[in-house]
Amino acid sequence: MNGRPFIDWDWILAHLDDVVEKLGQHLMLLFIPMVAGFVISMALAILALRRPGTVGPVTLATGLLYTIPSLAAFAVLRPIFGLSLWTAVIPLTTYTLLILYRNIVAGFRAVPPEIHEAALGMGYTPRTRLLRVELPLAVPLIMAGVRLAAVTTIGLVTIAAVIGADKFGGFGQFITEGQQTSFPTKIYLGGVLSVLLAFTVDGVLVLVERWLTPWARVRAARG
Amino acid sequence: MDALVTFATDAANWSGTNGIPTRLVEHLMLALAAVGVATVIALPAGLYIGHTGRGQLLGINLANIGRAIPSYAVMVMILPLALAWAPTFGYDPRLGLSVIPIFLAMVLLAIPPILVAAFSGLREVDRDLVESARGMGMQERQILLGIEIPLAMPILVGGYRTAMLQVIATATIGAILDGGGLGQFIVDGIARRDDGMLYTGVILVATLAIGVDVGMSWLQRRLTPRSLRPGGTARSDPAGALEPTAAQGSAA
Repeated sequence: MNGRPFIDWDWILAHLDDVVEKLGQHLMLLFIPMVAGFVISMALAILALRRPGTVGPVTLATGLLYTIPSLAAFAVLRPIFGLSLWTAVIPLTTYTLLILYRNIVAGFRAVPPEIHEAALGMGYTPRTRLLRVELPLAVPLIMAGVRLAAVTTIGLVTIAAVIGADKFGGFGQFITEGQQTSFPTKIYLGGVLSVLLAFTVDGVLVLVERWLTPWARVRAARG
Repeated sequence: MDALVTFATDAANWSGTNGIPTRLVEHLMLALAAVGVATVIALPAGLYIGHTGRGQLLGINLANIGRAIPSYAVMVMILPLALAWAPTFGYDPRLGLSVIPIFLAMVLLAIPPILVAAFSGLREVDRDLVESARGMGMQERQILLGIEIPLAMPILVGGYRTAMLQVIATATIGAILDGGGLGQFIVDGIARRDDGMLYTGVILVATLAIGVDVGMSWLQRRLTPRSLRPGGTARSDPAGALEPTAAQGSAA
């Protein structure tokens, strides 16, 4: 920090390609765990519809995974997978499970029994009823879970940087490098970009939700 | 696994400033202190918002911003500021300065769950109940202490549960700045390529977090007024306050 300004704008402008690269990595570490987590949670939630008794144990197990502090979760895999992407992707995926599963199950359960009856009366098979009736009606709660999981994952990616050396961690790598070299510009760049990314992704997901639930707009307008 | 056994059974690792008990106490004290300071700030504010219904939007927005800010970023971002300002307060940065940014980050991250739990817990209380209490001539303070807080207890303790986990996770990350605590075994284990130390750290940290979580859920059940306790197993939600849309802090 010797005499250098707190935020070195010239350095940032000279390293925009670096910013783009880290953005790509951050998005990849968001996308893969979110897709994997969603598929697993959806499968477990569909299982919950058939066998309600599974909800308790699954919630307990995903809750346990969620409770483990992230640094420990990333660290435990490092001796096994080294600096490969698995070390980051596996814990990032397990952290999404509790949020996504809870919200998908709650979404399915929020479907009123009359609607179930009506769908049954109209001759829907369990599969078509799931796809055409339950899933669309569960969208608001599912999307609430997706938003929360996405924002959480974006934050956790920065912590993966601590374990990831120069291999993974997205914007978090700016933070670790800045801290190791006592260069505040990099620290703030990493922190601010990570927060901006979280808000941007959250905003995009709000738009996705609106697009998926055109009928909800009337309700939303009423407050 | 052999490395783990060697490290965890070495008597030298059970005493002194680098010993497991010292690190555990460090971790817990820091966590409790951070939640304590966060309570002083967040609880009165949350109770005010919940009781009066004013400023709910502000509360929700604060919580959302808090959720988006990664704990690691917060503490590292405070570090340069602390380094720059410490001498102006007559503090020598060499005297273990890292605890300040870690502690501040922990306090900042514990505020949103407590604040949100306090006001959403109070808002959940049936307004008709509060109105009839008022009609019966109860003072505002009596309504708050006698009706609203007891009925909000499950949600309130749920907020503290989230805050404790958040703070324990953040203290773990604090080891990057040499802040001590159990995370130090993980960070040092990686730096020294000592897998036994790393695994010991991982197991201790996970056990601490899960232990605190179990303890808090017990407390949550104990402090729930009898009338609010679920009669049977209707709630398939063993973890307690895990409502789908309830404001829960992010994993950290």
